[in-house]
Amino acid sequence: MSVLIDRDTKVICQGITGAQATFHCEQAIAYGTKLVGGVTPGKGGRKHLYLPVFDSVAEALEATGADASAVFVPPRNAADAIIEAIDAGVRLIVCVTERIPTLDMVRVKRRLDESDSRLIGPNSPGIITPDQCKIGIMPGHIHFPGKVGIASRSATLKYEAVAQTTEARLGQSTCIGIGGDPVHGIGFVECLELFLADPKTEAVLLIGEIGGGDEEEAAAFIRAEKPKKPIAAYIAGAHAPPGRRMGHAGTFNVFGAGGVGEKIEALKSAGVAILDSPAAFGTTLRRLLAR
Amino acid sequence: MYVYEHQAKEILSGYGVPCARGGVATSADAAEAKAREVDGKGCVVKAQILAGGRGRAGGVRTAGDPAAARGAAEALLGSRLATAQTGPDGQRVKSVYVEELVEPQRALYLGLLIDRSAGRVAVIATAEGGEDIEERVAADPTVLQRVLVDPDSGPEAAAVRGLAQELGLDGAAADAFVGLVESLYRAFVELDANLIEINPLAVMADGALLAVDVKVGFDDNALFRHPEIKALRDEDEIDPVETEAARYEVNYVKLDGDIGCVVSGAGLALATLDLIHAAGGKPADFMDVRPVASREQIATAFGLILRNPKVRAILVNMFGGGILRCDTMAEGIAAAAREVGLKVPLIVRAAGTNHDIAAKVLVSQGIPVAFETDMDAAARHAVAAAKRGSA
Repeated sequence: MSVLIDRDTKVICQGITGAQATFHCEQAIAYGTKLVGGVTPGKGGRKHLYLPVFDSVAEALEATGADASAVFVPPRNAADAIIEAIDAGVRLIVCVTERIPTLDMVRVKRRLDESDSRLIGPNSPGIITPDQCKIGIMPGHIHFPGKVGIASRSATLKYEAVAQTTEARLGQSTCIGIGGDPVHGIGFVECLELFLADPKTEAVLLIGEIGGGDEEEAAAFIRAEKPKKPIAAYIAGAHAPPGRRMGHAGTFNVFGAGGVGEKIEALKSAGVAILDSPAAFGTTLRRLLAR
Repeated sequence: MYVYEHQAKEILSGYGVPCARGGVATSADAAEAKAREVDGKGCVVKAQILAGGRGRAGGVRTAGDPAAARGAAEALLGSRLATAQTGPDGQRVKSVYVEELVEPQRALYLGLLIDRSAGRVAVIATAEGGEDIEERVAADPTVLQRVLVDPDSGPEAAAVRGLAQELGLDGAAADAFVGLVESLYRAFVELDANLIEINPLAVMADGALLAVDVKVGFDDNALFRHPEIKALRDEDEIDPVETEAARYEVNYVKLDGDIGCVVSGAGLALATLDLIHAAGGKPADFMDVRPVASREQIATAFGLILRNPKVRAILVNMFGGGILRCDTMAEGIAAAAREVGLKVPLIVRAAGTNHDIAAKVLVSQGIPVAFETDMDAAARHAVAAAKRGSA
């Protein structure tokens, strides 16, 4: 078992003919991902990486039976690409694109709310179930099948955690990069729900950072659910450079502008093991799992 | 991206937002002339900077007559104004806004922003505005009212009317409030704003509403569809080194410590700052080399750190991924070290793709470098090296 994706997940790539998408699709195929086709409007009927290219997501789904999509569309068209995938009924949409306008994501979020699709990202390294399926831009070789479920807002810190849990011979069940944008798809709470329900996942690691309210929401969820699996968290940005400020609204933390101290306090009081350093991912999880 | 108060008012006036009368001036003469135009019981002279907190910092001055306005403008123009939001160096005052003196019955706070948890635009307000709003909301969060907006239908009139009632507005003032929120929301979505704040929003005796101070921020990621907004950007207000770094796909923020940091990825870069602080040191910068950066871009970025005279040690913390590999980063660093010269200790911690090749690249090119495998140890090493001046 794993979370959201496994060796049977059929994936299409939106924007497949772009340079970055081509590179990462090659990597995904080499990793064993069942990539079954791609979408680039106007290029339907062609082949790319020996895969069929379609003009629309709906056509691609009908022809291939795919249930997941990797969105590699440039920022100005990315939101429309995600909405196209939602409308076509894609179960899992993974968006790698950085720098999508926030109000475009507000539009996407509205469509998501009334659909059964799940979105990972945007500005996400993607999702991977080691040795089975990789959707996104993460380096596959550092992963190892195992028992830690990882959800992270940051890509490189996620890679650190992966490398350390691989080194500690714990391995990962599934790793999800929820992305660093203010308005995004699934958050820590949904990741926790999935990992807690997955028999293969024996411990969960959350990697958060300053800003937003995902960590506080996760803490409230954990406090209410009292899960039996151990949960660890690392929150980066206690000494983040101060942003240029204008006015007061950004500091009203009722709107999810949470400081690192508040986040750590909330998670700690919910019984989460807090890491002091990103060098301690492997050792902390080994200790938690040895109990 | 932020704009000046006078620009924000011009933009919002175009959407039918009633603003106090005034005009911008870049000289004492012009300020005096503007003060004559806005007749009444005197005027207010306001320093134009790209940060809030001006009132408490002495950047907003009341003048009884045009001569006093002239004096206030003379004092403000060309000075540096440091507020709670600018940092200690403050910002240079290049223009002032001369505005009629508004005598409201009441002053509210009204803002529009993105509620990250809900993924929607939120309208927020308090019954009492003013510069101490942050403290009052922190002391009692319940004073802050909010209404979330459905992006498909815009602000719901009944909900906004309910908000007006909570704020103690009725009659003409409540009607004006509903219209104002509609106008602000239209501006927010049409211009891809991420913040609109009116503080104070004056409620006049006849129920009219008047925006006295206005702050507007725009989403940098959406500027591609708003060239007219992008053109308002004041390039003077951005650190030239940060501008250069941005050209090379590097996020760079100058800080006031002495340990130069070069890190792959924003999350790891934030964590590295935390590690340096934990080891008792202070970072000289936040530098996040993005995965798309090339060898040349990294060399340029690393050169920025080598040229910073405050830097007494450099810590490179990298995790090689699928695109940016450790050896590429090492080649960029070696190229810059050869070109600019490396005069301070260099500590490198490399992990992930090709970390072993990275070490060989630096050693074979004769770059003096100390390697660490553990991030905590690397941070402690850099802090100690900065203190004694050698690796």
